[in-house]
Amino acid sequence: MDASHRGLLLNRLADIIERDSVYLAELETLDNGKPYAVSYTVDLPNVVKCFRYYAGWADKWEGKTIPIDGDYFCYTRHEPIGVCGQIIPWNFPLLMQAWKLGPALATGNTVVMKVAEQTPLTALYVASLIKEVGFPEGVVNILPGMGPSAGAAIAKHMDVDKVAFTGSTEVGHLIQQASGSSNLKKVTLELGGKSPNIILSDANMDDAVEQSHFALFFNQGRTYVQADIYDEFVERSVERAKRGVVGNPFDLKTEQGPQVDQEQFNKILGYISSGKTEGAKLMCGGGVAADRGYFIQPTVFGDVQDNMTIAREEIFGPVMQILKFKTLEEVVTRANDTKYGLAAAVFTKDIDKANYVSNGLRAGTVWINCYDVFGAQAPFGGYKASDHKNCKPPPGTTSAHSLSDIWLLSEP
Amino acid sequence: MAQNGTTENGVAEDGPSALTFPKPVKVQDIRHTMIFINNEWLTSTSGRTFPTLNPATGVKICDVEEADKDDVDKAVEAAKAARQRGSPWRRMDASSRGRLLHKLADLMERDRLLLATLETMDTGKPFLQSFFIDLDGSIKTLRYYAGWTDKIHGKSLPVDESFVCLTKHEPVGVCGAIIPWNFPLLMFMWKIAPALSCGNTVVIKPAEQTPLTALHVGSLIKEAGFPPGVVNIVPGFGPTAGAAIASHMDIDKVAFTGSTEVGQLIKEAAAKSNLKRVTLELGGKNPCIVFADCDLQLAVEETQKGAFYNQGQCCTAASRVFVEESIHDEFVRRSIENAKKIVIGDPLDPRTSHGPQIDRQQFDKIMDLIESGKKEGAKLEYGGAAVGEKGLFIQPTVFSGVKDHMRIAKEEIFGPVLCIFSFKSQQKVIERANSSQYGLVSAVFTTNMDRALSVSAALETGTVWINCYNALHAQTPFGGYKMSGNGRELGEYALAEYSEVKAVTIKLSETL
Repeated sequence: MDASHRGLLLNRLADIIERDSVYLAELETLDNGKPYAVSYTVDLPNVVKCFRYYAGWADKWEGKTIPIDGDYFCYTRHEPIGVCGQIIPWNFPLLMQAWKLGPALATGNTVVMKVAEQTPLTALYVASLIKEVGFPEGVVNILPGMGPSAGAAIAKHMDVDKVAFTGSTEVGHLIQQASGSSNLKKVTLELGGKSPNIILSDANMDDAVEQSHFALFFNQGRTYVQADIYDEFVERSVERAKRGVVGNPFDLKTEQGPQVDQEQFNKILGYISSGKTEGAKLMCGGGVAADRGYFIQPTVFGDVQDNMTIAREEIFGPVMQILKFKTLEEVVTRANDTKYGLAAAVFTKDIDKANYVSNGLRAGTVWINCYDVFGAQAPFGGYKASDHKNCKPPPGTTSAHSLSDIWLLSEP
Repeated sequence: MAQNGTTENGVAEDGPSALTFPKPVKVQDIRHTMIFINNEWLTSTSGRTFPTLNPATGVKICDVEEADKDDVDKAVEAAKAARQRGSPWRRMDASSRGRLLHKLADLMERDRLLLATLETMDTGKPFLQSFFIDLDGSIKTLRYYAGWTDKIHGKSLPVDESFVCLTKHEPVGVCGAIIPWNFPLLMFMWKIAPALSCGNTVVIKPAEQTPLTALHVGSLIKEAGFPPGVVNIVPGFGPTAGAAIASHMDIDKVAFTGSTEVGQLIKEAAAKSNLKRVTLELGGKNPCIVFADCDLQLAVEETQKGAFYNQGQCCTAASRVFVEESIHDEFVRRSIENAKKIVIGDPLDPRTSHGPQIDRQQFDKIMDLIESGKKEGAKLEYGGAAVGEKGLFIQPTVFSGVKDHMRIAKEEIFGPVLCIFSFKSQQKVIERANSSQYGLVSAVFTTNMDRALSVSAALETGTVWINCYNALHAQTPFGGYKMSGNGRELGEYALAEYSEVKAVTIKLSETL
């Protein structure tokens, strides 16, 4: 098939996902619990954009001709890896499916994908769209199932040439090991994070509070606040958390839905409990938000210390930990003191401080005056145990600095 | 322009079944004949119009508003305004620019039959070629560049001392484009697609012989939702509208496809005015080298397509075919046999594979060169005359025994004339192939891989085709060495011609 035709098929897939986005958003909310307003206005459009972005790459993934010594004609071709196993998580089911399928199909691979057992429905619907669009048989295969059975089978399969996994660091270790003990298949991992969010004293306070609250629901780990604005920030964050609307995800006013299942629910409550026993100051929330389902109140802990469990381990729930710092040098050191390195953020108006902090942080993405800005165009991946690529990543993909509107380097 | 070879050899005598071939539409009247500025249709400032003719019949199709300097000024103002700081085009996400380009491609698919019909009426090229090759290439070029818009990367650079150093690839600005009559729609897309992909705005002058498809696309550009002023179309003549573009002080770049002579004028005008950036796609006198170890039938068919496609009106025309001595006679014999299959006729008829030349001026030039071939002693093997007493049809013509000093060996003919030369030595034929002021394309026919690679390394042309001809793709750069042009179109390479690099260097204090 012409590379450009692969691109055409991916564009058509984007079109019909867009066509069915109301249904897909409802299904996503039903299966995952995220508010429908978010599924429809954030997840679905980003899924569509992701497929369209990679559709454009299909016939542009170029090799080179190379002037080597001697009478030789030397050139590289960028060929598909082959059969790609893909194991995706439950927190962004559709989006994770798009992030995996987009680049794999654009570059001509075929796929065996295991979707999360908690949230298989939207991926399976997309499979029907893949057939409708006209992808040849066998190009995309989707298996709903469990990690230890179906997932492990993929990770150690002798005929799978690469496995891509998004999930916990623990399971990432297992997958990496399985590759080593089977056929040395290529491995890419997007794992956990304990992302530091650093608020400097000259930050725009409104922005910082709002973005930090919003970040609670997206892998945000630790909020470091400079001493002289600490009290105000905590007070305003608590006030914001108390205003958070937790409820039926199909209600358009709801900002926060339930956690995805009993296991996660219990785990988060466990962390909250450890926060209390280890001496963090519970400022608001800290309990169950409804008498059925897996709803947890937006929770804020102040006076958190670096060695507390809630400061070190990934909670994956609506729990904010606020820590105090004095100097820039100190906060960069403390922020880097973690086995993770997925993302980070810094809020400041000072160009020099923004550069110092962002260049000093060992994280795959640094957001400046914003949080969770993703574009299909920008690479996303972690340092250290947040990520592993055992092939050399293309230049420019090991770290991404995303700048918010405040930092336009040239006016449009 | 990748050829699939289905149309040149004509069709079965009982004609095509109604189901198998697309058909031209009946064009009652031409809807778009005015100047397109700011998504509006305007009459010319001077009040003048000019006719556009159907070269197959000599009959006028319609009159078109004639743009001159004042209209170009208006168009440039619109293009400038459309990209000023804060404008919709400027603030638009790169990915949204891509959506618009895809939307335009969709609309061209919708109007494909109409566009192919208009193209054939205006140029004389056979309808099935318009439909399957010109329209296909145009749509694919748009979609290719639609995919690039949000992948135009700058870099972050590891400079000495404490700086953060970044490059941004920004639009050049207002791009002027002057395009020829041989592939009106395709050339239109080769210009606007990369220009718009990079975020520029455009003032484009289609050829005076062939304005119609460009103007119809203007209506689609508006329908697709491009903001006003992003694309402006100014039909008119070279010495007036074209010259106004080349020397305009507010046009940041000009792209021209046409003759080498005019290319030189444009480059001078660009330099004299505001040093606008210039890219040129000019003429060629393109050599094919056919080695004895080639697939002979393939070589005969490909070189013939190369010489006669579009009635020879291609910058890529295979105008010098060097054939190794030992297969020369057989090559000539087969070329004549192959030429007999060509069907001359009404371009709208699906059986036709050869239409008229574009106008009287071209016709006369080609006939003059054919006569010179006879006079200077080349052997006329086939054709060599006009078809009928009036009209612009010329028979596909084959000369053998051509010598390097003859006019037909040196001058660009731009007509259906295949010139066959003989050679013995590989070294010498490479020198002969390279001894031209031109250097656009070349082709090598051989089954020996080593020879293919080493000969292609030696040829001084922007494209080398091996065992094929006219294999053009949206993904592959195209352009000339020497006086065949400056710069490259298509592929990723074209993006550089439509971008300006800005380096931003930020001081980092070391004291923190």
